[in-house]
Amino acid sequence: MATLSLKDVRKTYGKTDVIHGVSIDIADGEFVVIVGPSGCGKSTLLRMVAGLEEITSGTIEIGGRVVNTLEPRARDIAMVFQNYALYPHMSVFDNMAYGLRIAGVRGDDLKARVAKAAEMLDLSTLLDRKPRQLSGGQRQRVAMGRALVRDPAAFLFDEPLSNLDAKLRVSMRLQIKDLQRRVATTSLYVTHDQVEAMTLADRLIVMNKGVAEQIATPMEIYDAPANMFVAGFIGSPAMNFLPATVTGSDLLISDGSRMPRPAGLQDGGVILGVRPEHLTRSRSAGPGTLTVRVLAVETLGADAFVHARLGESGSEDIVFRVPGHDRPAEGTVVSLAVDQDKVHIFDAATQRRISGM
Amino acid sequence: MAEGMVGTSKRSIALGHFLLILGCVIVAFPIWYVTVASTHSIQTILNPPLPMLPGAEAAQNYGEAFSGSITRIGGVSVERLLLNSTVMALGIAVGKIIISMASAFAIVFFRFPLRMACFWLIFITLMLPVEVRIMPTYKVMVDLGLIDTYAGLILPLIASATATLLFRQFFMTIPNELLEAARVDGAGPWRFFKDILLPLSATNIAALFVILFIYGWTQYLWPLLVTNSNSMNTIVIALRKMISFADADTPWNLVMVTSVLAILPPVLVVVLMQRWFVKGLVETEK
Ligand SMILES: Nc1ncnc2c1ncn2[C@@H]1O[C@H](COP(=O)(O)OP(=O)(O)O)[C@@H](O)[C@H]1O
Ligand SMILES: [Mg+2]
Repeated sequence: MATLSLKDVRKTYGKTDVIHGVSIDIADGEFVVIVGPSGCGKSTLLRMVAGLEEITSGTIEIGGRVVNTLEPRARDIAMVFQNYALYPHMSVFDNMAYGLRIAGVRGDDLKARVAKAAEMLDLSTLLDRKPRQLSGGQRQRVAMGRALVRDPAAFLFDEPLSNLDAKLRVSMRLQIKDLQRRVATTSLYVTHDQVEAMTLADRLIVMNKGVAEQIATPMEIYDAPANMFVAGFIGSPAMNFLPATVTGSDLLISDGSRMPRPAGLQDGGVILGVRPEHLTRSRSAGPGTLTVRVLAVETLGADAFVHARLGESGSEDIVFRVPGHDRPAEGTVVSLAVDQDKVHIFDAATQRRISGM
Repeated sequence: MAEGMVGTSKRSIALGHFLLILGCVIVAFPIWYVTVASTHSIQTILNPPLPMLPGAEAAQNYGEAFSGSITRIGGVSVERLLLNSTVMALGIAVGKIIISMASAFAIVFFRFPLRMACFWLIFITLMLPVEVRIMPTYKVMVDLGLIDTYAGLILPLIASATATLLFRQFFMTIPNELLEAARVDGAGPWRFFKDILLPLSATNIAALFVILFIYGWTQYLWPLLVTNSNSMNTIVIALRKMISFADADTPWNLVMVTSVLAILPPVLVVVLMQRWFVKGLVETEK
């Protein structure tokens, strides 16, 4: 168990900058999730912490010790890989015991530690099997067990659930969270799935093109995204963005509808951000509402997501959420009330958040 | 697996079997013929046509071969010849496997200066079989004093681009994650090789061993050059020496016995390792 700290960590391949200086202090036992679209540098960052990738500049400390030039084995970390990377010729027991054996653990001690980890992951009856005799979910658990049994300073996960089917992913997600709580080992977890990120994380690092756009708790990020990228990436369906102008006592939307002017804004162009769940159908049109034409309805059961177009002839697409039993028909025109307490205002030029909530 | 290509109708199955049996007969016939010949007396052999069925002299011919008749011809016992051939074939097979695995390991898993240059150097030697470089190789062996030694028989045939390429291709199919998992588990290069690469290569090694053993066993030109003393001859060379130019002087029955003995070890190797061999050729266990 240990703290983990990154200070202005950068990575350059030849002339391309892949990681542009990431800094974070992770507390002992904290679960931090790195989330971002594919290719944004999540794996690279994680692999630098693991020691599988060289650090171009900056420092990485594990438990207060700078590990920049240490081999993975000297860093006291364990990693769970996307494709599990189980040794195909070894039994589940040997897969889990391999790292311990190298570390010099022998005999009853070895057996006891493997047995304990196997029990936590419900693998006790599978110890004699080879990886090819296991299902995807079981392989995933063995990969977890291999990390768990070492009792390392930190766990590193690189998209460990992305090869599982949706149902298994949800149950494994809960299991990982529960396990991490119980062993209280500092964890760094990479995923491109924002639901996974939100549900697992104590804190999130939202990455985009090698930049850590925002580092905060899931709810902080949901409530106050630092910029339009974060706002659009976290939350499903994504936040609606509407170009607007601050003028007089109004916030004038591109289709001509008016919202009350939020406090503390100068006149000029901004982007109004509204999450689908903060738009509700309203009987009357007028100030503070939007008028939209329904294009398509996605029914999920409890909820439905309505895809619509702003204004009579507008070009802005908008998504809002309605109860599953109260769906508007396609082609109809409806009015939507905007929850004024939950709107976000972004600078049109820098895309940074200026106000809201 | 192959069903799709040929079809499964009765006729095509029958045709398939017919072709297979025909192939077996064609391949097996010379072996059968030699075996039959080794059981007849020399008079029968010299009086064509040779019968197609075994004769009654088997015990006598084989007894004679082992009790010293071949020794009288070449001055060396048949056991010694078999030993020489075995040492040479084993040496070449094991040596080639060790060298080629080590070089493929270096080329695939390590980043060192001139890595690709090394790879291409090895690759180019593919174009230089023993026969092409035989003069300089012979000179080197003479200078090193390795004429009439097992080392002289084995060493020049060990360097192997083919096997290196084979292992390189196999190593490159090993997922990078596996290597990284081993590194995180604390395995250094040697441990990774011993604990992971070697077991995963087992079927490949077995297949290669069979092929290389037979390659070594059937060497002719190099052993002929590098051995002067009869006691260092391989069985293939001795077989050739038993055949005198005057037909009547050649003890054909014993030549046939020696032939049978000469093909027995490679056949044994193939039969004993057949399961592994086939596995290594057709599947990669992952
Ligand atoms: N060895 C490499 N050489 C050059 N570029 C690389 C290398 N490895 C990764 N990259 C680049 O770095 C970026 C980040 O990759 P990665 O960390 O794997 O992204 P993610 O895991 O977020 O999908 C990608 O644009 C990728 O093309
Ligand atoms: Mg990745």
